[in-house]
Amino acid sequence: MSTSSVPTGRGRLAGPLPFPDAARRQLADAQLRVNLRRATHTIRDKRARVVAELPDWEQLRLAGSAIKADVLARLPELLVQFEDAATRAGATVHWARDATEACDVVTRLVRQTGADEVVKVKSMATQEIELNEALERAGIHATETDLAELIVQLADDEPSHILVPAIHYNRHQIREIFAGRMGDAPAGLTDDPRALAEAARLHLRRKFLSSTVAISGANFAVADTGTLVVVESEGNGRMCLTLPQTLISVVGVEKLVPTFGDLEVFLQLLPRSSTGERMNPYTSMWTGVTPGDGPQNVHIVLVDNGRSAVLADEVGRQALHCIRCSACLNVCPVYERVGGHAYESVYPGPIGAILSPQLTGVTASPSASTLPWASSLCGACYDVCPVRINIPEVLVHLRQSVVDAHRDRPSPERTAMQALSWVMGDRRRYARALRAARRGSAPLAAALRRRTVRRLPPPLSGWTAYRDAPLPVGESFRDWWRRTR
Amino acid sequence: MRIALFITCVNDLLYPETGKAVVRILERLGHKVEFPDSQTCCGQMHANSGYRAEALPLVRGFVETFDRYDAVVAPSGSCVAMVRESYPRFVPAAAGVASRTYELSELLVDVLGVTDVGAAFPHVVTYHPTCHGLRVLRLGDKPLRLLRAVADLELVGLAGAEECCGFGGTFAMKNAGVSGAMLDDKCTAIEQTDADVIAAADNSCLAHIGGGLSRRGSPIRVMHYAEILGGAS
Repeated sequence: MSTSSVPTGRGRLAGPLPFPDAARRQLADAQLRVNLRRATHTIRDKRARVVAELPDWEQLRLAGSAIKADVLARLPELLVQFEDAATRAGATVHWARDATEACDVVTRLVRQTGADEVVKVKSMATQEIELNEALERAGIHATETDLAELIVQLADDEPSHILVPAIHYNRHQIREIFAGRMGDAPAGLTDDPRALAEAARLHLRRKFLSSTVAISGANFAVADTGTLVVVESEGNGRMCLTLPQTLISVVGVEKLVPTFGDLEVFLQLLPRSSTGERMNPYTSMWTGVTPGDGPQNVHIVLVDNGRSAVLADEVGRQALHCIRCSACLNVCPVYERVGGHAYESVYPGPIGAILSPQLTGVTASPSASTLPWASSLCGACYDVCPVRINIPEVLVHLRQSVVDAHRDRPSPERTAMQALSWVMGDRRRYARALRAARRGSAPLAAALRRRTVRRLPPPLSGWTAYRDAPLPVGESFRDWWRRTR
Repeated sequence: MRIALFITCVNDLLYPETGKAVVRILERLGHKVEFPDSQTCCGQMHANSGYRAEALPLVRGFVETFDRYDAVVAPSGSCVAMVRESYPRFVPAAAGVASRTYELSELLVDVLGVTDVGAAFPHVVTYHPTCHGLRVLRLGDKPLRLLRAVADLELVGLAGAEECCGFGGTFAMKNAGVSGAMLDDKCTAIEQTDADVIAAADNSCLAHIGGGLSRRGSPIRVMHYAEILGGAS
């Protein structure tokens, strides 16, 4: 790739299966659906309760959206401002065009310390760029310290939710994973959540105390001060951000907010939308290096990995407003049935369906070119989004991009759409088609002696696989009108 | 006031009774309804499937047909949402007619100021608020207020009412497995009520729900709420 072109997103963002196929695999897992239903409904209800407490929620959403729109409009300028401020405060800022470059930078930085073990704060950016795998190849072992990330890592699995990566497991399954794979799991471990948390706590404590390098992401990067912000619940992040000598943070370029004061808006929006809490237990902020206190060797890796390409799309760019709260996942009827793995990306659910294909390009993989259709356009995601991303609008926009990109390929669907448009573009053709449809189905209805049919040929077989289909019989409305008026 | 009925293509072909009911309701309330026969389809399926170029002539056709009316009424939350929300982005000149196009309950409650349309329906009914009516048009409880005013009708609640039934246009076929799983849960919730009728503002969603109930051998009938309002007392 030439250095002047816009970088394409790489990493854990796309997969080989079209969404309907990946979904079918997950739908077959009855336990998964039970786990997901319970978990998403619990968080969904909690969120609704705490959001209803704020009389100015809509104003907060508007403010959050406006701040993010401003960031995107001034991104280059704000990034340079951030770099200057962070550098002045003692941090070293690195720039990475894509996942490969970002992994190379981090690997080099860890190698320079001589460490072969690092502790990690939960971070979507590092999952996106597949950093753990890159470090492993370089002989460096990364330990996830967020409880759910640890479960997924021990199970040799992949996260299935942005906020709750192990949402697809219940506590019985987690006990099995700990007992089988966590070397220092206590004998006689039960599936009591307190016992499971305590086992993880003791396991992780040893890692915190021995590690000299930590890797994090950031929820926010403040342009005017060079401050990074991590919002978390468990305190593992605080340990990683304060104990080791070296701290390396991987940050997507869209994580910026212009000023420290802007955090006031987001620190209200994020916890209520994500965990359904009024305030998250731990908010860590650091600005470069504080001599004698905390990490003395502070690095920030700013990653593009497809974001500039998303920014270039006027309709699609609102996906970059996302603050990774997961509210859209928790209300999505599709996510609730299939779980995160069906999306074949570190970003699942409605936001994943618009973000992953844009980061990689909508025609880059079978998952990217089908995810825009992984929605009934019910709109529940847009209603809960704290930064008002109009996800249904972007889904339709991306469908159009896929259809347009495939215009040179033969497609029965396009032929049908064009034919329907032609027929419906003229009242006489339309009226004739209505009569033809009724004449065509009348003998079938007569033979079946009913007004519904249980099996139809493709492409309508998708309909009759799950439901009976109505047959057009009798007079159309317009014929009735003409006859009686 | 010149009121035009936009029947919608699905209703024209498959559910003419819904259109007849709308005419009956409005005439009973003393209004004259016109049916401009140059109308065809709003183009929602094309637009939502990514076929903007194919939707465009249908959008233009709608504007040409209906622009001269004071109010356009359609018995479909989804088609009205397409006209009201999406048309101005296709054709700026559509903004006027888009703002005068109403789903039936909006015309009755907001424009005509009526909740009791003089109907009777001696059945237990539950109501599924379809997504585009609920979250795009924000119909709120307007259809429920109309149903509560119907004589002899008992309205019962539906658990998880605001969750999508899984229809979603071509979604029902492109992602048939997920759509079927959503439908299953919706049918279970409906069967857990005492209702003998499930009503909604969109016959396309009802075709999907009804097809699922029929496949399960359920005796519960689906009915557009206009047909309930259209029954005389």
